[in-house]
Amino acid sequence: MANKLIKQMALPNSIANIFTARNIITAKDALSLTEFELMELLDVGMAEVKSAMAHISEVVCPPCQTALLLMEQRVRNETSAGHLPTRLRGLDEALCGGIPFGVVTELVGPAGIGKTQFCLKLSLLASLPENCGGLDGRVIYIDVESKFSSRRLIEIGIESFPEIFLKKGMAQEMAGRIVILRPTSLSEFTESLHHVQVSLLQKQVKLLVIDSMAALVLGEHDCGASRQQALGWHVSFIKSLAEFSRIPIVVTNQVRSQIGDEPLTYSFQARSHSIKKEDPAAYDSHLVAALGVNWAHAVTIRLVLEARSGQRFMKLAKSPISPPLAFPFNITSSGLVLLDDDGIEMKGSEINTIHCQGQNALFNSEW
Amino acid sequence: MEVGMLPISASKRGKLLAAGYTTLHSISRASPSHLATDIGVSEDEACEILKYASQTSALDPSIGSSNASTLEGGQTAWTMLNEEKFATRITTSCADLDNILGGGITCKEVTELGGVPGIGKTQIGIQLAVNVQIPPEYGGLGGKAIYIDTEGSFMVERVLQIAEACIEDMSEYSHHFHNTVQDCEVKLHPNGILENIFYFRVCSYTEQIALVNYLDKFIEEHKDVKIIILDSVTFHFRQDFDDMALRTRLLSEMALKLMKLARKFCLAVVLLNQVTTKYIEGSYQLTLALGDSWSHSCTNRIVLFWNGDERHAYIDKSPSLKSASAAYSVTTRGIRNSNSSCKRIKMV
Repeated sequence: MANKLIKQMALPNSIANIFTARNIITAKDALSLTEFELMELLDVGMAEVKSAMAHISEVVCPPCQTALLLMEQRVRNETSAGHLPTRLRGLDEALCGGIPFGVVTELVGPAGIGKTQFCLKLSLLASLPENCGGLDGRVIYIDVESKFSSRRLIEIGIESFPEIFLKKGMAQEMAGRIVILRPTSLSEFTESLHHVQVSLLQKQVKLLVIDSMAALVLGEHDCGASRQQALGWHVSFIKSLAEFSRIPIVVTNQVRSQIGDEPLTYSFQARSHSIKKEDPAAYDSHLVAALGVNWAHAVTIRLVLEARSGQRFMKLAKSPISPPLAFPFNITSSGLVLLDDDGIEMKGSEINTIHCQGQNALFNSEW
Repeated sequence: MEVGMLPISASKRGKLLAAGYTTLHSISRASPSHLATDIGVSEDEACEILKYASQTSALDPSIGSSNASTLEGGQTAWTMLNEEKFATRITTSCADLDNILGGGITCKEVTELGGVPGIGKTQIGIQLAVNVQIPPEYGGLGGKAIYIDTEGSFMVERVLQIAEACIEDMSEYSHHFHNTVQDCEVKLHPNGILENIFYFRVCSYTEQIALVNYLDKFIEEHKDVKIIILDSVTFHFRQDFDDMALRTRLLSEMALKLMKLARKFCLAVVLLNQVTTKYIEGSYQLTLALGDSWSHSCTNRIVLFWNGDERHAYIDKSPSLKSASAAYSVTTRGIRNSNSSCKRIKMV
């Protein structure tokens, strides 16, 4: 849209020629200057500039829809009104059906908590036929840290859906729908994203999983500013991919420890000096999601996976459609299993914190 | 130079100066044909220059052509007082928040709301888009909303939830105050509320600027729009913008256009902003994104933050409201009062 050529916009010839003469070819060139600057550059009066810009703006501007139209389209055209059911009843209810289409869902948590396991389960669910609750489509899995295990995928499939997977040839077909890409650097990842964009248009891709985003970015740049810039382009691109193709995109993220244990505040907030400095346990387990606050703004849904006193929890830290719930879960041979479908409602900013206590106790679980 | 005040192109200005016309008075005394031959332009263009010259001299009393008591285009403070008193406001559904705002989000002004991810900015935006449609019988404006989505955070399921809760609240209200059955009936349906929200999805800063330019024409055709919500104004301006000075100029122009829209059509403009960290006075602090120049652009600025376990809103900047903070909560029914024990409004 932004790269539309001005000469194709049916402006009166006189003004269109002036634009070309001053090397303003695309709409983006014209809109990147203020009206005053344009007046000076093109040597025409303000009224003419205003009317030309009004015309260009009308052409470039996105189409108008109503919220009702959006809802009707989704109910009519998409499975479960635009959601991928996760088979975890509590989570699906909280998310109004499942992982939503068209937005980026982030899974963040410490190492070994179960993010990749959840991604494997989701890939399987997306490849299942529709009568079994799947999306009957292909899955693109971008595996940066080489954590994808086909054996584990088949095991989850057989344990969760024995009636499908034990049938002859079904395992091969389901597994055949999942394509794994293994970029080793940020530039390779960028290339893979462009390939993904092409296949989204041609083939029946219904889910994109990126495991993990943090590993790509954190390895490359040491300086904060250039990392933010590199990430910025990828963030916009991934979000627009999700929107235009109306597929769910699941991204995993790592954690890092916070510098200092005081949360950041605004200048008008009084510093509360009575922070729990007396609690030594709070020091070790103060973790935050990696990739910064810009990334945190960009994702639409954030699921925090954490461990507290030996029990794993999945928390809905950021979601425009759900209350702040935490679900205890375990990892079994059939993937993730919720222990409580109602969830525990968390108050305040506790929903955002990530704990990693009781690591040793995790090894005593079933799987 | 007075001739420099005319909104004409640089070359015409140059010609006027070269022909010896330095003051507006000298131009207005000339006839169009005389002017045309003097500076070498067509008669139509000369008429246009004369028209601009007379408009500009009417505004500036030092040129002394008119001696009207009020300046063209101005209003006295007394007439504005009446307007301000009865300025319409849009409720946020949270009584405490409405209190510190003087009744709600004011029409004819640009209000900026910023906060960390997950604090409820989009929630407040959606609540306002629904509340602007409350009919006048229930104290609302009965208008429509424009929701400009730059991040893809507008989820229709949530809008439906909030719309249904709003209608339920209205019928409960009418049950209390009206006796006859007919009066109790609320004529709104959730789908009707969804139909009155005009949704634009913007994917780049070029589209964002183009859309703000186009809104003038759009609202002329849809005069019952009473609120414009931009969620969020920051997203596209944060990625890949190398020339910061250009970014500041584009943002200021956009803010001015939005302010003009607010005043011209008497509607409220709500801009949602993100946060960034800044190194001030020896430590990192949170501040709203887009820089210091942007912080001057909006009329009112409200910061949403976590205070312990509660969500609070703080009026950071406003020409008419006192600096205060109030607690609010995000529930399944939308934005409501926070039900904690210490609910008093803190004056800062």
